[in-house]
Amino acid sequence: MSDTPVPPPRRRRWMLYAPLGLAGAAGAGFWVMLRGLQSGDYNPRGVPSVLIGRAPPAFSLPALEASGLPALSSTDLSGPFPGPVLVNFWASWCVPCIVEHPQLMRLKRDGIPVFGINYKDKLADAAAFLTRHGNPFTRLGCDEPGRVAIDWGVYGVPETYLIDRQGIIRWRYAGPLVPEVVDNDLRPLLRRYA
Amino acid sequence: MGRDGWRGEGSALPGTPPAKGLRSSGHLELVPGVAGILRHCGHSRARRHPAADFADEGHARGLRPLTETWHAALPEATRIDAAIPPRPTPSIGVQRPLGLWWGRFGGGKALSDVTAAAVVLLVLLLAALPALAAVGRPEDRLQDPALEARAEAIGRDLRCMVCQNQSIEDSDAELARDLRRLVRERVSAGDSDAKVVDFIHDRYGDFVLLRPPFNPVTALLWAMPLIAFGGGALVILARRRRTAAGIEPAPLTEAERKRLGELERGNGA
Repeated sequence: MSDTPVPPPRRRRWMLYAPLGLAGAAGAGFWVMLRGLQSGDYNPRGVPSVLIGRAPPAFSLPALEASGLPALSSTDLSGPFPGPVLVNFWASWCVPCIVEHPQLMRLKRDGIPVFGINYKDKLADAAAFLTRHGNPFTRLGCDEPGRVAIDWGVYGVPETYLIDRQGIIRWRYAGPLVPEVVDNDLRPLLRRYA
Repeated sequence: MGRDGWRGEGSALPGTPPAKGLRSSGHLELVPGVAGILRHCGHSRARRHPAADFADEGHARGLRPLTETWHAALPEATRIDAAIPPRPTPSIGVQRPLGLWWGRFGGGKALSDVTAAAVVLLVLLLAALPALAAVGRPEDRLQDPALEARAEAIGRDLRCMVCQNQSIEDSDAELARDLRRLVRERVSAGDSDAKVVDFIHDRYGDFVLLRPPFNPVTALLWAMPLIAFGGGALVILARRRRTAAGIEPAPLTEAERKRLGELERGNGA
């Protein structure tokens, strides 16, 4: 009674390992995704801006009288600038805007011009916000109806855009500029477009 | 009643210090968690508690959900993720006057309060039916039914960028409401459907289209049904061909032949 175990044909063995390999690849992909989520490199809700590589859309916004800052329109963003500038959409009712405010103040101290667009806010509230938290803006436009924000493709506040010296939008960040984002993403870009 | 509950002079959780830093805005004092995000992305056709409207002022305008990274950066007092006060249960059926009032019309004898309340509630619900069938707020709807139908059809194919899994016709977010108005404006101005969609597409990119366009990035997505069905069909075809060809079983080895002979002999005996 000699029954030597017959090895499965080559074809069959391949079919056995293929699903294993597939599962392994999927697992590796999932791991990379999770790592990205953890480090902030990958945002599943993130949406690329269509404005990257283009000039800002044409607009003209009134000033916030109480702030004493000049108004903002697209001609102010057309360049050429001595260095890169930032455009920041914010609102006084937006808690993440409070979170990122110290970073905007820091950028202002470093000499980076930050143009503000106040989104769907009450003028008095916006002014009170600047008095309380400080004013990082060189110019400020008030977009109470939120139409200009739609033209920019803004889908929430805060959102920050980086415009290079020639007036071309190079970067958009949807969310608060926490210190990690400023140091890891924004600073290198500011150097690159300086 | 809801408003004061949500405003929560300072703090909504017992033992938490007043959130002074956030009081000045008068809009949103509490930092909402995931529950808030889900609420503002609710169905626009659903009937909502007025308190929810107030709480959504911040979310619906696009307040972003808290993430681990910057959660820690918030001032201590504002870190209240689930500070939602319990809603007081409505005290329907307890008030006497309701039954008496109903009794005047009901022929002398006052109905029980609960029955009267139930009837009133039913009437109110029936009155609310048209609102359930309509989209968004009534004042935003176009007068011309044909134009409104077009606007709704366009809006159903546009994604709400805040909720990301609803169309702007279905979403209750403020940005979705603005986009609904924008679509209606363009439609009444005489733009074609394609032009209106392009207007939004130019601003928000491919992601805003609930029917993604065919391009190199979405090629795999669109080809997936073809790949799945084609692959399945190929497998079935290959199997059929193999059975049709009638593949011969492998010839017996020497050992097997010997064993077969033994068995045959054994059976024969």
